[in-house]
Amino acid sequence: MSAARRFILWAQALAAALLLLATTLALAAPLPADEAMVDARLKAISRELRCLVCQNETLADSNAKLAQNLRREVRKLIADGHSDSEVISFLTERYGDFVRYRPPFKPLTWLLWLGPLALFSCGALMLRHIVQRQKQQAAPPPDAATAARIHALLAQQNKDTPA
Amino acid sequence: MSAMLPELGLISLIAAVVLSLLSGALLFSGAALNDSRLMAAARPLAFALSALVLLSFACLTALFLLNDFSVSYVAQHSSTLLPTLYRIAAVWGGHEGSLLLWLLLLCLWTLAVALSSRALDPALLARVIAVMSWIAGSFGLFLLLTSSPFTRLDIPALEGRELNPMLQDPGLVIHPPLLYMGYVGFSVAFAMAIGGLMSGRIDAAWARWSRPWTTFAWVNLTLGIAIGSVWAYYELGWGGWWFWDPVENASFMPWLAGTALMHSLAATDKRGVFKSWTVLLAILTFSLSLLGTFLVRSGVLSSVHAFASDPSRGLFILVLTALVVGASLLLFALKAPALQSHARFEPLSRESLLLANNVLLCVATASVLLGTLYPLMVDALNLGKLSVGPPYFNAVFVPLMLPLLFVLGIGPVTRWKAHALAEITRRLGVVLAVSCLLAVLWVWSVGQMSALSVTGVALALWITLSALLDLASRLRKGQRPALGIWGMHLAHIGVAITVVGITLTSAYESERDVALAPGEHAMLAGYRFTLQSAGPLEGPNYLGEQAHIAVSRDGKAVATLKPEKRVYLSMPGMPMTEAAIHDGALSHVYVALADKIGDTAWGIRLYHKPFIGWIWYGALLMALGGLIAVADRRYRARKRKTQ
Amino acid sequence: MKKQWIWALPLAVFVVMVGFFAASLDKDPRELPSQRLDKPAPAFNLPQLANPQASFAPAQMHGQVWLLNVWASWCAACRSEHEIVTQLARHVPIVGLNQQDEAQAARAWLTELGDPYLLSASDDDGRVSIDYGVYGVPETFVIDKQGVIRYRHLGPITRETMQDTLLPLIRKLQA
Repeated sequence: MSAARRFILWAQALAAALLLLATTLALAAPLPADEAMVDARLKAISRELRCLVCQNETLADSNAKLAQNLRREVRKLIADGHSDSEVISFLTERYGDFVRYRPPFKPLTWLLWLGPLALFSCGALMLRHIVQRQKQQAAPPPDAATAARIHALLAQQNKDTPA
Repeated sequence: MSAMLPELGLISLIAAVVLSLLSGALLFSGAALNDSRLMAAARPLAFALSALVLLSFACLTALFLLNDFSVSYVAQHSSTLLPTLYRIAAVWGGHEGSLLLWLLLLCLWTLAVALSSRALDPALLARVIAVMSWIAGSFGLFLLLTSSPFTRLDIPALEGRELNPMLQDPGLVIHPPLLYMGYVGFSVAFAMAIGGLMSGRIDAAWARWSRPWTTFAWVNLTLGIAIGSVWAYYELGWGGWWFWDPVENASFMPWLAGTALMHSLAATDKRGVFKSWTVLLAILTFSLSLLGTFLVRSGVLSSVHAFASDPSRGLFILVLTALVVGASLLLFALKAPALQSHARFEPLSRESLLLANNVLLCVATASVLLGTLYPLMVDALNLGKLSVGPPYFNAVFVPLMLPLLFVLGIGPVTRWKAHALAEITRRLGVVLAVSCLLAVLWVWSVGQMSALSVTGVALALWITLSALLDLASRLRKGQRPALGIWGMHLAHIGVAITVVGITLTSAYESERDVALAPGEHAMLAGYRFTLQSAGPLEGPNYLGEQAHIAVSRDGKAVATLKPEKRVYLSMPGMPMTEAAIHDGALSHVYVALADKIGDTAWGIRLYHKPFIGWIWYGALLMALGGLIAVADRRYRARKRKTQ
Repeated sequence: MKKQWIWALPLAVFVVMVGFFAASLDKDPRELPSQRLDKPAPAFNLPQLANPQASFAPAQMHGQVWLLNVWASWCAACRSEHEIVTQLARHVPIVGLNQQDEAQAARAWLTELGDPYLLSASDDDGRVSIDYGVYGVPETFVIDKQGVIRYRHLGPITRETMQDTLLPLIRKLQA
């Protein structure tokens, strides 16, 4: 067996084990019965959800009728022991991704989520490039007066040379 | 005479538009022909323009004061019951009037530039005034064609529909003017960039001249945003102070870009570097201001800060923005390659660190832009509806700010051209260690430890201590630091204070929804809230209920808070929450009335917000630092002979 | 000089942005597409408004094209679409989903304006409305013979919507 295939096999086994572990943990998660805990989770979840009928308010902040209904349903789901992701899929099934203030990571949002990272990388590369180019520039900088003279001469020359 | 006020206002507005479009053309050709008589017209033209717009604005204000409900705009935004102060502020309480305010402030900036720039090259000045006149002219045209505030009703209304109750607040009096002062103020740097590109002369003197204008605009925008944030904090009634709402982002993006511009201008001024970059930033900062106007006024995005919108207006502003920004970016693409910087600097130098600051601020601006526009882009491509909200912006913005804050502690104490790493580490190593230690103690005293809160507080301390150390060492050496230096350090300490506020309030705020009958109490964060009484209340144009809630801590009375619930006569279906806040130096106790339960009990929202006030104190300090820097005598020096 | 194009990059980005703005000018940022479109209408079992002892379930409508119209007596826009709904009822059976209303007020509303509905079901806590992804009242769903939601209309139905969209669709589905 080649090393590459062995590696792939190992990776598959590891992934399967992790999946199994995650499922067991998810199933074994204790049901949150405590009222205060339900409240806290409701607050946390509804802060990341959008009140659909308002201009731009979270479910937690809104007083709209629909928001109150949705909070009630979310609370019920939490009290019944559903996980956060189950609660969110309950809502996205009915209202779509619009309800989530934290957009899901999927092909449509790759640009959204990775854009800032890409911009940052570009910026960092540009910074490095400029700083290094500066370092390599051997000529000593002319002082301000000389620079102005050079400028004037260059401008004159540009004017004189036909395009 | 007063019967003719709307017509007078309209005529002076029309005259202003015609004049500004003509004077732009006149001054551009004057600069192109190098005709000194034409160029000398810049000052009188700016003066006439301001006078006309001011007259128009005064007419509108008078119409509000006189309750002239034959004018549609007045009838929709005022009433006889409205208190006088709000009647004046109501002038900019709607779309039409706020655009007129925008225009007025632009003209006043133009006048200020014309009057205080005798040191500027006449051709450059002519072009600057020309650019600003054309912007004023096109916005005036927009105002006239789509949204004149002077339109008469066919049948005069007997009573006005009154100003939106949400806007009847001191916030309306100062927030929009400051914000617009900032937006519009960036047009000076923009016009300088265009003028500089056209004449091909972008140099240190150009940057030095642009600096105080940019800083002053930035000061206004800083204050405007901070006041808007305070206003939303107490008015919306749920204790939030920043929502990453599109309208907020629309003001935040020019602020971020403007902050980058101030720093880039400093490098161009002192060392003649980053010329094309600075020019681009000057263009982008004002473009983002225009974009903000488009986003807010066109209704393409929905916002918690409700604004009336109208798609036909949206199209007009879009065309306007596209022309102004497109033309200037085209000019940039054609002219910028010829701009060259001659100065050299080492990897560790003030220049490099300012560049790092610019990269981070620009990536932050672009990320906010991406997040704000993403739902719009997805929708435009018919790919569905998305919401991008606080979780996204926090996840993206905070990681970008951390390195920026770190650089902020080093940049101001690093020399231009080159600085030895060993010296920096020797000077600042101890500062860093002390900051971390103090941060751990501080956070420990406030609440549960978390990596993010310690990092935030440590960075804030790092900035503050580094700035104080620099000032101390300058003073010890017997130097008298220039106002620019004082202003810079003060503004940076302001940033640090704001960072502490944001970090600690986000991590340790707490809240409770309770139901209390008179005499009952509830506890939150060690405070005891007792509902003493609740009763009816009568205002000039509203009825309401007011609760008296005694707040105490460890048996000692802290305050009596009086939150209200108001129902304005003009909008009976929409009760307004007036939160009551006790402002302790280290925390706010915030109480808002929800709904009445039964006969005597009330639903009450209690909040404890540690250090939240620091967010705005920091912003005040930033603005103060900016003002002090503007006052630096360097900027008022006579023009140096360049030849 | 090489890399001249880089100076035009800001312009290019801006032009693309303007394109997006222009495309989104006539879009309503708050209008949500229905997630239930072309999916089976969610089942429910609710008491009837006129006769709370009797109940209604969508399965009872199996085999015919019908409309589900969400309404309430507190909803002003429902009043404005009432006339159109009455006209529509001549072509297709309409079931009302009376959302979070007081039964008394709702019945009075129907007596005052006339009852265009085959029957109305009382969604007292708004739970069924949530299942249908309703986020405003009124909303109207067109459901085909197999019980699949084929169209959702937001807000009051106008005469144009009825004539240009709803009636042609209903005829097509009934055929």
